[in-house]
Amino acid sequence: MTRDRTLVVLPLLLLAILTAGWFLPQWAMFIVTIAFANGLVALGLMLLLRAGLVSFGQALYFCLGAYTAGALGRFFGLSDVVVYMLAGGAVAAAVAFVLGFLLARYRGIFFGLLSLALSMILYGLLVKSETLGSTDGFNILPSTLLGKRPAPDLVRYSVMTAAAVIAFAAAALVHRYLQTPTGRLAPAIKDNEIRVEYMGASAQRAVHVKYVIAAALAGLGGALAATTVGHIDPNMSYWTTSGEFIFIAILAGTRSVLAPFAGALLYGAIHTTAFDLSPNTWQMSLGISLLLLIVFLPEGIWSLFSRARNT
Amino acid sequence: MPVILNAKGLNKSFGAVTAANEVNAAIEQDSVVGLIGTNGAGKTTFINMITGYTKPDRGTIEYDGHDITRLQPRDIMRLGISRSFQVPQLYGSLGVFDNMMIGLGIVLANAGLGGFFSRGSAPVPGYGKPAEEVAEHLLGRFGLLEYRNRNAQVLPGGARKLLDIALTMVARPRILLLDEPTSGVSSQEKFGIMQMVLDAVRAEGTTVLFVEHDMEVVSRFAQRVLAFYDGRIIVDAPPQQALADPEVQRYVAGKRDPVERTHA
Repeated sequence: MTRDRTLVVLPLLLLAILTAGWFLPQWAMFIVTIAFANGLVALGLMLLLRAGLVSFGQALYFCLGAYTAGALGRFFGLSDVVVYMLAGGAVAAAVAFVLGFLLARYRGIFFGLLSLALSMILYGLLVKSETLGSTDGFNILPSTLLGKRPAPDLVRYSVMTAAAVIAFAAAALVHRYLQTPTGRLAPAIKDNEIRVEYMGASAQRAVHVKYVIAAALAGLGGALAATTVGHIDPNMSYWTTSGEFIFIAILAGTRSVLAPFAGALLYGAIHTTAFDLSPNTWQMSLGISLLLLIVFLPEGIWSLFSRARNT
Repeated sequence: MPVILNAKGLNKSFGAVTAANEVNAAIEQDSVVGLIGTNGAGKTTFINMITGYTKPDRGTIEYDGHDITRLQPRDIMRLGISRSFQVPQLYGSLGVFDNMMIGLGIVLANAGLGGFFSRGSAPVPGYGKPAEEVAEHLLGRFGLLEYRNRNAQVLPGGARKLLDIALTMVARPRILLLDEPTSGVSSQEKFGIMQMVLDAVRAEGTTVLFVEHDMEVVSRFAQRVLAFYDGRIIVDAPPQQALADPEVQRYVAGKRDPVERTHA
């Protein structure tokens, strides 16, 4: 059995990122921050994937988080990135708690398509909502951090710092959750729900809890993406956005809470490079990358680390 | 011995098929009861009704003063009734030890232990030892230590059966229902497995009901036999007397040509 060093690696990695931030160009900090946003959503997807559930609608909560941030700025004049993220996560969790009573009863393709349908309902509502900018969406107020407006060239660094701290805190909490009896139940639910029930646990309740946690993480990510990009629109809830998150989750693998962030960063790198090299066929490059990954690394890039450790 | 489980007037139909027809059975604490009958006689339906998988159309099931007739399987399990399955229900992608740890985790969680803020290894209720030690103890009792790190999916048939039963013991149940514990096991292994299971289970003070088709196994291990036929219990007696009963000989053991039985 290998020793679990996740809780040691997380703060070291945080320190490394914050130090590197002083030397990174603005565009690189943008990519890293967006990777944290996407990584948070993929972290939630990882929880569901471990229980054998694939959500094709995580964009619902990503978008809810983003629009919560947008609404806080538009209607209340708030612009703090930490407030945005926490509020985005809370709203997403509250909505998931209600919808979870329905979703947690379904498995397999029914769970996937139902989650997709719900995200498309939000898309439809936002497209028709003129108050929220309809198809164009609207701009987000420039970010502040803990009530202070950073100097213009420090905005990206400040947002990235807040993102890294919150994302790694979330990763540490999820890591702890995975060590609790309920957290460890995921592969058991995937394998044999009958046995789970006959051992005295409610698989439905466990799925509901995981669904709410995944939504909260997606909400955090959505609010972060909103304040980083500076603009939100209904496409954040579109099913292709959910597809990108699944791409990242599969790219990452489910073996560690760090994997989704590594996956998101790699996705950002592939996306940026592919777009840079061939703007008209970047989707094809992404498709080929995914194909190669599924063939050669079916358990995600994190399996490379496990292999290295075992040899 | 006091009655721990009392089924009264259980009836269950699946369409035109009557799976339980006025089934009454009072099970005494610390007893070992064999359930016999041909396929479709109502044995598994009886077990399914006790464990909450199937709800009876009529009748009640009382366990230790609780009416458990309408409870969910997990709630019945939490009260102290476990079951094994004819086809072992394991966590196939996990190792044998991890299978046990999942079960023990559920027991801890149900007792409010091992949660998000807990530290160290909490003692498992009923055993008073940390989960890892209980897992080792139970695997040892069921002769499964040699398979400790083996994936559950690739275990031999007998070991799969034993792990299925070992999993039921994590909560230290007061009643254990075994659905054909020796099916799919070679005839040479049958007695050994049954002896090991009963030794392990009885050491924890558990009352046992087991479904069995092999009359030799029944006569050797059961203290009392309930013979099912056509959804009814036709004989309720000690094994020698039950197996010698003409109706059991005819309808269960198939010693004479089956004749249509008319119920009075």
